[in-house]
Formats: sequence, structure tokens, C-alpha cells
Amino acid sequence: MTEVNQMTARTALPLLELRKVSKHFGAVSALTDIDLEVNAGEVVALVGDNGAGKSTLIKILAGAHAPSSGEIFFNGESVSIDNPSDAISLGIATVFQDLALCENLDVVANIFMGHELNKWHLDETAMEARSWVLLNELAARIPSVREPVASLSGGQRQTVAIARSLLTEPKIIMLDEPTAALGVAQTAEVLNLVDRVKQKGLGVIIISHNMEDVRAIADRIVVLRLGKNNGVFAPSASNEELVGAITGATDNSVSRRAQRIAEQIG
Amino acid sequence: MKENNMNVGGVSTAPLDKADSRVKHSVSLRDQVLEFLNRIKSGDLGSFPVIVGLVLIWGVFTFLNPVFVSPNNLVNLLFDSATVGLIALGVVFVLLLGEIDLSIGSMSGVSSAIFGVMWVKSGFSVPVSIAASIFFGLCIGLIYSNLRTRLGMPSFVSTLAGLLALLGFQLFLLGSTGSINLPYGSEIVAFGQLAIMAPEVSYTLAVLPGAYIFWMGLRTHRKRLATNLSSNGLGNLVIKVVAITVLLLACVYYLNLSRGVPWMFGVFVAFVVAADYALTKTKWGRAMFAVGGNAEAARRAGINVKQIYMSAFVLCSTLAALGGILAASRLASASQQAGTGDVNLNAIAAAVIGGTSLFGGRGSAWSALLGVIVIQSISNGLTLLNMSSAHRYMITGAVLAIAVIIDSLARKSRASHGKA
Repeated sequence: MTEVNQMTARTALPLLELRKVSKHFGAVSALTDIDLEVNAGEVVALVGDNGAGKSTLIKILAGAHAPSSGEIFFNGESVSIDNPSDAISLGIATVFQDLALCENLDVVANIFMGHELNKWHLDETAMEARSWVLLNELAARIPSVREPVASLSGGQRQTVAIARSLLTEPKIIMLDEPTAALGVAQTAEVLNLVDRVKQKGLGVIIISHNMEDVRAIADRIVVLRLGKNNGVFAPSASNEELVGAITGATDNSVSRRAQRIAEQIG
Repeated sequence: MKENNMNVGGVSTAPLDKADSRVKHSVSLRDQVLEFLNRIKSGDLGSFPVIVGLVLIWGVFTFLNPVFVSPNNLVNLLFDSATVGLIALGVVFVLLLGEIDLSIGSMSGVSSAIFGVMWVKSGFSVPVSIAASIFFGLCIGLIYSNLRTRLGMPSFVSTLAGLLALLGFQLFLLGSTGSINLPYGSEIVAFGQLAIMAPEVSYTLAVLPGAYIFWMGLRTHRKRLATNLSSNGLGNLVIKVVAITVLLLACVYYLNLSRGVPWMFGVFVAFVVAADYALTKTKWGRAMFAVGGNAEAARRAGINVKQIYMSAFVLCSTLAALGGILAASRLASASQQAGTGDVNLNAIAAAVIGGTSLFGGRGSAWSALLGVIVIQSISNGLTLLNMSSAHRYMITGAVLAIAVIIDSLARKSRASHGKA
């Protein structure tokens, strides 16, 4: 079943394609000639060391930064994502690492921020009901959706942010370190959710430092290093290969130790 | 609570918001009272301090001079509250974004000057003159918002510059005469000094809020049950509606012992109600709070932050212009003194005293009403005690300082309770 899905996905146009995207901040090049492809029903993991440009890339796709050069194709058409509402209307939803929640507003208001139902007389009941449905899908432990977000814990805030990204029924979801602040059970739940989102035929881009998480859910692992593409790996790739690509060195203490252990076992 | 927690055939039909058995849900009235006390303790104060303050102030003044609570004096107090109140309502909008407008006093002065010059000197009709004043206010608001959003100029500075520039323009408009008297027999002056609601009208208006709250509450209650959410039940709603209606009817009855409810105050309250609706029930209002709380988050959510800034500054200047016209009709003149002195700071103080935070993201339209009643009570009470404006300034200053201290302490307390 999944194989068939993947076959059809591969023959079709990629949902999202980046060609030679670069971003400069003054004299600093955060990204240089990045190529990236995301198909429908595929989880692409972006990995890389700190400062590799993962967050910058996500911000470009979310419309928070404009790329300095390069082209973005969505459904085969060249698009420009100048501001966040462009990204949302294309169907690209983002959960930022800093979550971007308004702490003075309650959970419902945060989930529906910018997408409130019934513009001239907010439909609080419908919004609250939908919020609970979204949160229950995430098995969220939230005492009340009418509390300001300021009173929630880090994990609860992450859940609210993810629930919010699902609201607009996007075609692609980008998650920036979604499990970094979550407990074991919630991490598993989020990974489950990523899987469910994938089954629905959405594309998922996920940034994570946790190689176990990445291997558990990703279909492809794209490595960035110092703002450049540094290889694409299958989830079956060895830790050595991945760490080598991330750090840019196949000979370092991590790989040497791994080799020693391998030799000892062997 | 209705019986909507029962299990049918082993499948839980608990309402969506109470389904999580891991979380403690407050159900009874006692729980809700405890929750309210907890909120206050952790610094989520809302309008609570200002109501306590108002009771204290009224108690002290009544003790010193019983005339203070006479119906006639309260009617005067309401007449005086409307102009500054309307200006304070505009300030609430900019404060919600964490911005400020220091030029509202001058704006109201210029507006009364434009109104006076156009109507009395140049012979335009009243509606045209009012429209011109308001349009001018709108343009000033547009300038401030563009300075803020395009040039990144802090509103503190741009409106301080505006304060001087507008004051200069006001003096220029009024020229050497210095003041223009509005004709006494005119409707606009009668509106500012005499117009009182007929008792039937005021009683009807006092019943309407309760009826509206009941109707909306009933609708929400039914809809919540229909969408499988818990509802607080109709008992609480009825208690709330009865309390509000009785309170309003008592106020109206008491004022009707004297002249009655001033139309001007009625107009002010209508603006407050409209503003409250816009802030709490519309998408725009939600965006105002979002931008005030976290502008970057709001921008990423697709909210047009520049437009929100524009709407707030424009509303503030426009309401200040309208307040200026009401002030002119109250004083029957447009003078060089209009909008100077304490108007500026009274309006800002009213908004802050009423519970709108200077730090943005917290507040309500009602804070303009509550705050301006506090300010006018102080001013009115001290006048009754034959105290000079020197004392009035000092005491109003102290009350403002206390209000800001409460705001800051509440913020700290929210932070230490993890609710910042």
C-alpha cells in the first residue's frame, strides 16, 4: 500500500521544489544554492549542525524571510513567498522553534490566530470545539483552552503550536525541532501524528537533532552543512555516514569511537 | 451542571472540554469562586483594583461631604466624564498595542478649533464642520501610524512632536481672538449642557444589556451543549443577568431623582459598548490583542500588523477629535485653552487606571469608562471640598502612580506564577 503510494508520488511532480535558493544577511551567507524536493506523502528530515541554515530555510518557506536568489516551485509552478499569508494560502504551515504564540491570549485564540471563524461575530463555541478535536488528536493534557497560553508548560505550548499548524489543512507542514521540549510520551505522540499526517498525503519537513526520531519517521534525510547541501540519505543510512555529513568530517572522535566499538564487537 | 457526564454503553460521552480525566476541572460555584481568587492572587487583576479604588474614593468623599453622592452631583459628574472618557477610549486602542499617543489633548483642542472656526466663523453647517474635524483627526492618526510602521519612529516621540505641532495649529486657527463662542440656543450646545434622556428611554436602555446578555448566553449555552462542550448552566447566567439589570435600574432610578441620565454620557457609553464588541467579538479585536501580545507571532499568523497599527492610531486620533467637539459643546466655546492642561494626561491616566496595561496586550474598552469615573470623581469631590486645582493635580497624580504600580506588580506576579 505504502509502496504504491510512494510510486505514484514519485512519478508525479514534487509538491515543493527549491532550486539554487540562497540567502544572505549582509556579508554572511546563511544559505548557498540549496536544492530541496518534497513529495506528497513524504517526510523529509532536515539535519545539520547549529548554524547549518535549517531554520533560515524554514523561515524562507514560511515567508518570514525572502530568499536573496533562487526559485521555489509549488505543484510545479514557480511561486514567490513574500509574506506569511502567502505561505499559508499556498498550503505551507509552520511550527517555529520559538512557537510564535501570543502569551496573553488563550489557547483557542492562539490556535485560530489569523483564521478566526465568523469575522464579525466570532464563533467561540465552534472554535473551542474544533480546538478540542485538534488537541485530542495530539493527546494533549491541557486543563482549559480558556487559559492564557502564558500559564502552560513548554510541552503544552508545543502541542498548541502543532495543533495550530493543522488547523488550515495545509499540504505541507514544517516542524522546527518539534520534539525538543516534549516528554517521552508526547514525543511518541507527535511522531505518530507526523505519520498520520503523511498517510493523509501531506508533505512534512522536519528539523530535528534527534537522529532516532529522524530515522523513525523520515523517508529521506537531507543534510545541510554551513548553508550548503551536503548529501541526501535514506533512513537506513548509518549514524557514521550521517554524522560525517553533518560535521563535514568522516574522521573525527565520534566516528573513530564508533569504529573502535565496531572493531571490538567484531 | 446538567447530566452530561454519564457513560452510555461504556463509551464516554463527557463533553469535549472535560473529557481528560487527568485534569482537575472546577465544577461547583465554590470552585469557581476559588478560581477567581487564585486569578487575582497570581496577578490577573482585570478591573478588580479600579472597582475597589472607586468604592474607596466614593466612600471618602461622601464621608467628607455628603453632597458628593447626591443625584444632582452625580449627573454633573456624568456630564463631565463623557468628553475625557471618549478620548480615553481612543487611548485604550493604542495602549493595547503597547504604544502611546501623547497628543490627544492637542488633537481634541485642534478639533474643537476647526469645528468652531468652520461653523461659527465660516458658516458651514454643523454636520460638515464635525465631519471636517473628524477627518482631520483621521489624517493625523494615519501620519502617526505611518511614522511608526514605515520609519520605525517610536510613537512616544512622534506624538510628542504632534502635541506641539497640533497645539501650534490650534493657536493659529483661533488667531488673535483666542476663542470662539458657540451660539447658546444651538442644538449642539444644548446637547453638551442640557440634553437628558426621558425616564422611559433611560429605563429601557437599562434593561437592554441584561436582555442582550441573557439572549446571547442562552444561545451560547444551547450551542455548547449541541457541540458537546460543557456549559456553566443557566443558573449562573440568570444570576448575572439579574444582578446587572438590578444594578443598572438602581443607577438610572437614582439619577432620575434629579435630572436624569445625560445623553452625552449615553453616547459615550454607546461608543464603549461598540468598542468592547469590536475588541472581544471580532477578528479585528483578536488581532489587536495578538499584535499587542506578540507582534512577530501575529505577523507570522498572517495578520496584517501594519493595518492593525493604522486602525489603532486612527481610532485614537479620531476619538480625540470627537472628544474635542463634545468638549466644545460642553463649554459652549472653542478656545485656546481647549485640550490643554490636564486633558491629555487625564485621558491617558483614565485608560491606565481603568486597567489597560501600559505594556500592551491587556485591557478592555470598559477601562476607559471606569477610569474616567475615577478621575472625574476625584476632581469633582475635591471641588466640592473647595480644594484648588493644585491639590487636584497632586492627588490625581498619586492615583495614576498607584494604578501604574498595581499594573507593574501584577505583571511581576504573573511572571512569578508562570503567567507572564
